[in-house]
Amino acid sequence: MATKIMMPKLSDTMEEGVILKWLRKEGEKVKQGETLVEIESDKADMELEAYDTGVLRKIVVPEGGKAPIGALIAIIGEPDEDISALLSETSAPPKQESKKEEKAVAPSTTAAPTPTPPPQQAQAATTPAPTDGKTKASPLAKRLAQEHNLNLAAIPGSGPQGRVIKRDIEGALSGKIPALALPQRAYVPGTAEEVPLSSIRKTIAKRMWESKNAAPHFYVTVEIDMEPAMAFREQLNAASETKISFTDIIIKAAASALMKHPQVNTTYLGDKMRQYHYAHIGVAVALDEGLVTPIVKNCEQKGIGTINAEFRDLVERARNRKLKPEEYTGATFTISNLGMFGVENFVAIINPPEGAILAIGAIVEKPVVKKGAIVIGHTMNVTLSSDHRIIDGAVAARFLQDFKKILENPASLAL
Amino acid sequence: MPIVSLREALNQAMDEEMARDERVFLMGEEVAEYNGAYKVSQGLLAKWGPKRVLDTPIAEAGFAGLGIGAAMAGLRPIVEFMTWNFSLVAYDQLVNNAAKMYSMSGGHFHVPIVFRGPGGAAHGLAATHSQALEAIYAHIPGLKVVMPSTCQDAKGLLKTAIRDENPIIFIESEVMYGDKGEIPEGEYTIPLGVGEIKKEGKDVTLVSWSKILAHVVWKAVETLEAELGISIEVIDPRTIRPMDYDLIVESVKKTNRLLIVEEGWPFAGVGAQISYEITSRAFDYLDAPVERVTQEDVPLPYARNLEKYSLPNIDKIRQGVKKVLYID
Repeated sequence: MATKIMMPKLSDTMEEGVILKWLRKEGEKVKQGETLVEIESDKADMELEAYDTGVLRKIVVPEGGKAPIGALIAIIGEPDEDISALLSETSAPPKQESKKEEKAVAPSTTAAPTPTPPPQQAQAATTPAPTDGKTKASPLAKRLAQEHNLNLAAIPGSGPQGRVIKRDIEGALSGKIPALALPQRAYVPGTAEEVPLSSIRKTIAKRMWESKNAAPHFYVTVEIDMEPAMAFREQLNAASETKISFTDIIIKAAASALMKHPQVNTTYLGDKMRQYHYAHIGVAVALDEGLVTPIVKNCEQKGIGTINAEFRDLVERARNRKLKPEEYTGATFTISNLGMFGVENFVAIINPPEGAILAIGAIVEKPVVKKGAIVIGHTMNVTLSSDHRIIDGAVAARFLQDFKKILENPASLAL
Repeated sequence: MPIVSLREALNQAMDEEMARDERVFLMGEEVAEYNGAYKVSQGLLAKWGPKRVLDTPIAEAGFAGLGIGAAMAGLRPIVEFMTWNFSLVAYDQLVNNAAKMYSMSGGHFHVPIVFRGPGGAAHGLAATHSQALEAIYAHIPGLKVVMPSTCQDAKGLLKTAIRDENPIIFIESEVMYGDKGEIPEGEYTIPLGVGEIKKEGKDVTLVSWSKILAHVVWKAVETLEAELGISIEVIDPRTIRPMDYDLIVESVKKTNRLLIVEEGWPFAGVGAQISYEITSRAFDYLDAPVERVTQEDVPLPYARNLEKYSLPNIDKIRQGVKKVLYID
């Protein structure tokens, strides 16, 4: 029986392909698995193997010719078989225009307030990887492709009927076949989906809602000249085997300031409040699943080197989800740093039952006034969110004043 | 280790168990005075006397039922069918009494009985005397089906079967009785439901048992490994029910391909069930559909050429191996 050879989808973004070279002439024998034609996609030149054994009866798209995905490019069959039906059936390849029309219509259908989406739409929304819809692959190959984040549709299959099997995946992984990596999450444009909340996400949702509802927040911002801290860090790093970060210095500076201002290092307890004379400092760490705040304990007693070592270990274990509960509960104060994202200012929500949280912005280079002259300086904004039930504005301001003083005179940390 | 024939291995198993437990006795057609149609019971009458080794009339339904009753009453009978083809006359006893008595009596009656004898085709015995019936017995809940492919397994499994509290279908092979093999010195048993990797390999897992494994598959494996440059892992489940699926799953996780070679017919065969279980349990490890080699789906022809063509043979195994490995 004659088989139609179609333009394959060789990449996610490919819409049409160019025939580079036919390796068989019309009338020549073709064996399953032999390379039949070289095709150029938008991403790479790729070889297409014959899925069947027979004679190459008709080349529909000659060398140099273009064809959209799914269009007939050749027919393989028995030497004397009648292929006229196949040829006439597909003489008009799907037109680009009609495709575009469909595309143009699709989004408006989605947006229309129809209670039940049309069946076609619904199907598209539930298909996890629409580009793989017509790719034949063994269950093992599918699993391997998923594990290695490969696009199955871009991998030529060497099994029966072009089925992608393990050896094809291995070929793709060894770099012989330029398989394209899939985006992290496949989704259908123009649709919405419901993603269940992870347990960590649920906890964050509950606690942040509670905090913002129960604690009247107010915010005080101060700008800090970071040039002394930068110089201090260079000195520390010249002496340290591991790299000391600004976060390490900020944790230490905050701990020192908290020792002077226990009102900020406080938990509200209804008819009383608990002031801590130690600084267990939580530092917000972003994970894929959500935020965790591992705690460096007794920072007031520890040197920056110790803080650095403990914090790195905590972050590492937080990423591997290996933190013990006592390592992320019981902080007296939290620091949240978005400076690495270039954020200059933000306000954070207090992490209950703590009384305050310090939001750290980026160190930015900008004109500052020093000794009556405008010079290029390095500054950092920090914003303290406080629970007004127990912390007043002047208390917050005095804490920040001391915090600023420490960072601008970091040698004081050595006292 | 001593080398014995399969019939000697089975004989030793029965002899040792009769010595171990006086409730064990053997009955069947020609098992006593004639020393067994295939000489499996050689010398047992002389050693244990006519109370424990009994010749029966040619009445399978009768003596199978007698054995089941004896088991319910506390004895541990071994009932020999001259061949498993004749067990069909007693099928009602095996299926309705032996298999169901325990559950239908609410656990009051165990039926610790072993039905044993040769199964499958020998040579030129025609359709009614050449049947591989493991699938129709394994189909029945309440029966265990045991099919050894070596002398060592045969002795160890038969001893375990005799000690089991449930009815056991123990299927041997006429053409294997003379096969010789090593067995361990002294007392040993092999648990039911535990298969064995008889040969390690990496490209395809081949599951087979009993005579087809012993007489057909081993030669095919040797030939095909050389011919195709492949490495075949051979698993003998040894017990058809309970089947050691875990062992097959682990192997398929490694090879990603499975071929089952069995003597029985294709429809609802043992391989069909294995295929389902593996597709279900190891789906994400399969690189090709599970393949089977079976007997042709016809009553086995008497004509030698057609008989040979109908049964699993090296050509069919070659086709199966190539198909499952996608070799043209």
